Amino acid sequence: MIWNETKECMSRDEMTALQSKRLVKAVNRVYHNVEYYRKKMQEVGVEPGDIRGIEDIDKLPYTTKDDLRDTYPFGLFAAPQSEIVRIHASSGTTGKATVVGYTRKDIDVWSECVARALTMAGIGRGDTIQVAYGYGLFTGGLGAHYGAEHLGATVVPMSTGNTKKLTTMMKDFGVTAIACTPSYLLHIAETLEADGDIPNIKLKAAICGAEPWTEQMRLQIEEKLHISAHDIYGLSEIMGPGVACDCQYHKGLHVYEDHFLPEIIDPKTLKPIAAGETGELVFTTLTKEGIPLIRYRTKDLTSISYDKCDCGRTLARISRFKGRSDDMLIIRGVNVFPSQVEAALLEMGETTPHYMMIVDRVNNLDTLEVQVEVEERFFSDEIKQLESLTKKIAHTIQQAIGLAVKVKLVEPKTIERSMGKAVHVIDKRKLV
Amino acid sequence: MTIKQLSVFLENREGRLEEVLNTLKEEKINIISLSLADTSDYGMLRILVEEPERGKDALKAKGFSATLSDIVAVTLPHKIGALQETLHVLYEAGINIEYMYALCTTTDEAAIAIKPSDLDKAVKALEAAGAHFFDGLFK
Ligand SMILES: [Zn+2]
Repeated sequence: MIWNETKECMSRDEMTALQSKRLVKAVNRVYHNVEYYRKKMQEVGVEPGDIRGIEDIDKLPYTTKDDLRDTYPFGLFAAPQSEIVRIHASSGTTGKATVVGYTRKDIDVWSECVARALTMAGIGRGDTIQVAYGYGLFTGGLGAHYGAEHLGATVVPMSTGNTKKLTTMMKDFGVTAIACTPSYLLHIAETLEADGDIPNIKLKAAICGAEPWTEQMRLQIEEKLHISAHDIYGLSEIMGPGVACDCQYHKGLHVYEDHFLPEIIDPKTLKPIAAGETGELVFTTLTKEGIPLIRYRTKDLTSISYDKCDCGRTLARISRFKGRSDDMLIIRGVNVFPSQVEAALLEMGETTPHYMMIVDRVNNLDTLEVQVEVEERFFSDEIKQLESLTKKIAHTIQQAIGLAVKVKLVEPKTIERSMGKAVHVIDKRKLV
Repeated sequence: MTIKQLSVFLENREGRLEEVLNTLKEEKINIISLSLADTSDYGMLRILVEEPERGKDALKAKGFSATLSDIVAVTLPHKIGALQETLHVLYEAGINIEYMYALCTTTDEAAIAIKPSDLDKAVKALEAAGAHFFDGLFK
C-alpha cells in the first residue's frame, strides 16, 4: 500500500519541478519574514530572485544548530505567533534548547508524512498502534500520535515509563503496531520473552527511530517478535519523525522529498558530493511555514540513491545511518562509530545487543573497554570457556573497528535499558 | 552418580556475592559446599546446595546468571596418596579435569568435586576403579 501515490511515485522531472516551485516560495518566505535569514543571504550576496529552481540550491547559505541557538527562542520563525499552534523543543546536551514552531498546516504536513511512513510499514486503518515515544516537548510522541490518527489507526498513547503496563495492554488490546525507539523495543521484546508472552501478542509491525541502529539489530527485533520493523527518520529541526522511512524492501529510507529537499555534502569542504557517496545529510524544508530551514546540516552521515525502488516509489532513498558525525569517537586517532561495535556483536550472536563503550585515557594513551552482556545460553561454568569467548569478542570488534579493545563480560540485564535514546558510550576523557 | 552444581557468574562488584548468599538464605536453601574461582573482572561461584533447581530459579528471578552443571563427586579416605590414585584413574582414561575443589563432609572421609572433560567416561572409569561416589549430599 502507498498512502499518497501521486506524490510518492511521481517522475523525477515532475518532482524536480515541484521542488523547484516550492523552493522559490520557501526562499521568498524566509527572506521576507526572517531577519536573520535575510542578513545571512545578504552576506553571501544572494537574493530570492537568484533562486529559480533546485539547481540554484548551492547559492544559499547553510543553517546549523548554532543558528537555532543564536536566535533562541523564536528568531527563525517565519510565521506570526498567532499562526503557531504548537511548540516543540529539544534540550541539547550543551547550552540552550532548540525551539521549533508549527502552524496548523505544518502539523497537517507532518501527519501526512507519518501516515506515509506507517503505510510503508503495512499499518492501516484497522490497526491498533501503541505510541511508546515520550510525549511532550520531544517530537516523537505527538508526531507519531497525530500521524497514526490521520491514518485512521486506533492510537494507544502509552508514552514511556511502564513496560509491564505496555506489554499487558499489548496483549489485552490486541495491539498490532508500535512506535518507539529501537532500543526500547528490544527491551519490550525481552520483557515479553521473559514472561513467555511472545505467542500471546498480535504485533505485526514497528516503526522505530530517534536513534541510529544497525541492520543487524533490525533483523534481530524482527526475529524475536515475528514482525516487520521499519526505520523512521526525522529530526525536530526539520519536522520530527517522518522525514524518511524504509519500505518493505528495507533498501534505504524513502525521503518525503516533496516536503524536504535532501542534499549530501562533504562535511569538511561543504561541497555537494556525488550520489552514492557517503557524506553529511542536509535538508531544506520546502513547505514549512512555522520555522522553514534552508540547507540545514543534520550531522547525520549517509548516502543517497535516486533509483526507483521495487515498491514502486520514486522517492529518493538515503542509506541506513552510519552514525552522526557527533557520535563519532576518535580513539588513538581512529574514527570509531558505536554502530560498528553493535554490528560486530550482533553478527557474532553470542551476546545481547546491549553494550557499553568506555573510553578513557591512561598514561596519555586512549583505552577502549567494551562491556557486553553474554547471552545466557552461551554462559559456561568454566572460566576457560569464558576467557576464550572474551577473546573471540575482542577479536571480532577489533576486526570491525581496527583498534585493540578490552572486553569485559558483565551480568545479564546489567547494562541500563533506555526508554528513550540509548546511551552506548561513556567517554571519561571528557570528564577530566 | 553425578550431582548438580549451581554455577553463578559474578561481576567483581561490591556486594554481589552477598546478594547470592542472601537470596539462598531467604529461600531457605542450604549450602553444602562452595568454591569461588576468580579473574580480574569476574568470578565464577560454584555451589552445591540441597535443592539446586529451586536455587537456580531463585537466583535467576533476582537477575543472576545461574546455571546447573553436572559434576562428579567422590569420597576419599584420609590416607596418603588417595587423591593421586583417584586422579590417576581419570588420567589413564584420557580425561582432563576442567576444575575441581574439595567438599565439606561430616563423615570421616574427605570428598572432592570434579568437572571432567567427559562426564560419562569419567563416571565409568571411576566406577570400574571402585571409587565411592559421594551421594549423601542432598539428604
Ligand atoms: Zn521502496
